[in-house]
Amino acid sequence: MSLSHNFPSYFHIKVDREICRKCKRCTNHCSYNALSFNGEQIVSDDSKCVSCQRCVAMCPSGAIRIEKNDSYLPPHGNYTQRIRNIIWSQSGNGGVLLSATGNDRPIRSIFDDLLLDACQVTNPSIDPLRETIETKVFFGRKPKKIVFSEDLEDPNNISLKTEFMPNFEIDSPIMIGHMSLGSISYNACMAIYQAAKKLNILAGSGEGGLHQDFYEYGPNIITEIASGRFGVDINYLQNAAGIEIKIGQGAKPGHGGHLPGEKVNSLISQTRMIPKGSDALSPYPHHDIYSIEDLAQLISALKEATRYTVPIGVKIAAVHNSAPIAVGIVRGGADFLTIDGFRGGTGAAPRIIRDHAGIPIELAIAAVDSRLREENLRDEVTLVAGGSIRYSADLIKAIALGADVGMCCMPVLIAMGCRVCQQCFRGLCSWGIATQQEYLVKRLDIDVARNRIINLFHSWNEELKEVLGAMGIDSVESLRSNRDRLRYIGPNPKIADILGVKHAGE
Amino acid sequence: MKWNNYTSLVEKFRNQRVFDGCGISGYINLDKKRDNGEQIIDMLSILSERENGLGAGFAGYGIYPKYKEYYALHLLIDDEDSKENLIRYLGDFGNIIQSEPIPTKIPPNVNNPPITWRIFYEPKHKESISDDAQMVRLIMKLNDTFDGVFVISSGKNMGVFKGNGWSHEIADFYQIKDYKAYMWLAHSRFPTNTPGWWGGAHPFNLLGTSVVHNGEITSYGTNMRYLESFGYKCTLFTDTEVIAYLFDLLIRKQKIPIPITTIALAPPLFTTIENMEQKYQIALKNIRATYRSAMLNGPFSIVVGLNYPKPTLIGLSDRKKLRPLVAAISNDENSVFLSSEEASFKRLKLCEDYNFKRIWHPKSGTAIIAQVGKGLLRDGRESPFEKINLKVEGTIGG
Repeated sequence: MSLSHNFPSYFHIKVDREICRKCKRCTNHCSYNALSFNGEQIVSDDSKCVSCQRCVAMCPSGAIRIEKNDSYLPPHGNYTQRIRNIIWSQSGNGGVLLSATGNDRPIRSIFDDLLLDACQVTNPSIDPLRETIETKVFFGRKPKKIVFSEDLEDPNNISLKTEFMPNFEIDSPIMIGHMSLGSISYNACMAIYQAAKKLNILAGSGEGGLHQDFYEYGPNIITEIASGRFGVDINYLQNAAGIEIKIGQGAKPGHGGHLPGEKVNSLISQTRMIPKGSDALSPYPHHDIYSIEDLAQLISALKEATRYTVPIGVKIAAVHNSAPIAVGIVRGGADFLTIDGFRGGTGAAPRIIRDHAGIPIELAIAAVDSRLREENLRDEVTLVAGGSIRYSADLIKAIALGADVGMCCMPVLIAMGCRVCQQCFRGLCSWGIATQQEYLVKRLDIDVARNRIINLFHSWNEELKEVLGAMGIDSVESLRSNRDRLRYIGPNPKIADILGVKHAGE
Repeated sequence: MKWNNYTSLVEKFRNQRVFDGCGISGYINLDKKRDNGEQIIDMLSILSERENGLGAGFAGYGIYPKYKEYYALHLLIDDEDSKENLIRYLGDFGNIIQSEPIPTKIPPNVNNPPITWRIFYEPKHKESISDDAQMVRLIMKLNDTFDGVFVISSGKNMGVFKGNGWSHEIADFYQIKDYKAYMWLAHSRFPTNTPGWWGGAHPFNLLGTSVVHNGEITSYGTNMRYLESFGYKCTLFTDTEVIAYLFDLLIRKQKIPIPITTIALAPPLFTTIENMEQKYQIALKNIRATYRSAMLNGPFSIVVGLNYPKPTLIGLSDRKKLRPLVAAISNDENSVFLSSEEASFKRLKLCEDYNFKRIWHPKSGTAIIAQVGKGLLRDGRESPFEKINLKVEGTIGG
């Protein structure tokens, strides 16, 4: 037997044997087989623990604690445990490492370096509990100007001549991002769509098709056309508030979707129209889009297919060259444009890409918004920005930098119970969210999950109003691209330059 | 009075915008009968609680009937060299019809006055671009990059007179009472955070559009970035210039009817819109969506003078009415007056023996519109489409 090169586990499961009732509930709930009963007591296999905290939550006596493994490697500031684990892992299996969730490197968040303005004396602040503050947003393309004809003799005779493009009204500038049925469970999807309907916001379908049961939520769903074209048929196109062509995703720019075969059961197979158990790997590019004119063709084909009744948009990952690409996309006819920052989430992505490709969403919003303005295109489109909008503060700052709508996924998952263990690609989610196994999916109560999402975004919207009120703004459109109300306190003035934001104190 | 720093804001203040509380007044004679400046001076200077001697200004429409075909450029100039450069520069792009000092009466305590100059000008006509568009480009360029020169107004048959001082001092300096105009706008300032800068006083003007403003635009960043898309350069470091440019963009360039423009800038709440008839909902929602970046937020009351499409006086306050605005109409219904305070009208009553038929307070976010030849089109108490016969001809997708 050769020497084991297994790396030390991150976690240590500590069971307090004095209060453990040996009910074995934890062993049933641990989907990663880290806990078992040896006939006498609960025993743990630390190497399998992912700290999903399911056992902790389920233990009736509170006897379990997950601790950081203190048996620590010899310290090294450059070859950190993270780097050594990667090397051990690759030298053991010889493959591309998979990962889930968003980039977990401790890169400084630019959102955290931005401060908000508030009114004093010369402009009274507005109290959102006593006065109206509006958060409605129109999702879709607007004309550059509205054409009126006015009777010169009688200025009260006015005709409105413009033909308007479809716009979808949402009650908050929030969109739940694209998480496909497949990457997350049926129950999770149902909770999300029900919450989106109740809140009158938008939710993305992801590229996994739309299960028939979800058609009734179509008016709040943006369906996604990705390179794999999974689940795309006429019903999919016509049961949606809008359609998004997914070119890229923040977590994995340059890659297509990855759904491991383990997660493709009969439900997923039906909805995606692929064989059971097969990996659903979307091609990296769309093989009918090798350049911008091809994208323009697909946009117009989708507009034809939907008889120009819904907005058609394009999602790209935030990369170095996002700004000119965005201009091309808008010129190509997109009604909305989604940019997804390098911290954006994923159910499964090669770790090398997740951790190293793309740029921060804050910079991408600023660059795209400014570039679209230089070309006088900005106000015609809806700009959606995601890629780690963690809480309302990030949403507010994203809007002030130039986004119309903030898109997020992780907060929704966390609201439903996710503990961010980053194992989504394994299909073993013990909380019933990122799994397709019947016995796990059942753990997610749709009503509870839906209500928690509704509560979450309700509070975001209230906090948005609080901030608008403090800024003396009574409608969210006056925050959009209002970089004048932001200040930078981070260490790098170059960032402030790119953001078009002054330093605090200026 | 301190007379320096009049064509550009001193360097150390360039990152700061000017926040101020102000007095505003204006009136229009609907028959285009011209009055001298005495009334407007009376209306403004009585509002002395609203100023602190750091800026005031006037705009008169109809003051140059002899040159009414030409753009009247009112300029503040640092020195003779800058003036020579400017005149040479303007000569390259058009004809200078007349170039002369704006007459001023320099108070005895002043030793270094600015050059206040006016030029009646005609750009070379071009097929590809209208005269107005050429002039806008020229003014943006002059104010943005031309050293030692600042264009304070550029409309035809009108002019702005402004500077650093109390309103009565500025009136005196420019001898406002010697000009005759059918429409006057006036402004006095109580700046909270500004050095003396002549160009920063109100009214702000671009071609025929002049604005006096009391308040602070909290949506400044949004409005500024919107205007920059259309080639406007916001160089004055004050929120009021965006209001002037928005009126210019919507009314002159995009030909949006005036009542619709005021709705776009201070739109009704969605809760109001949703209770309206379908066609009004379509119109209002699309106006709000399309002009979402033009909407003005924060406390403001403004008086706007336009000479396009017809000479018009507009009064508008923010949707929450956080700044005052009062209106009055004369007994003969020939003149409409606007002011921050009713005191202005009372002063006219006392000093000029003026009688008003009605004095009223407009509703928040609702425009008063008085137009030469058409009368008082809107008194600021209407619902958004009251009195307007709106036809929706375009179809609606979705």
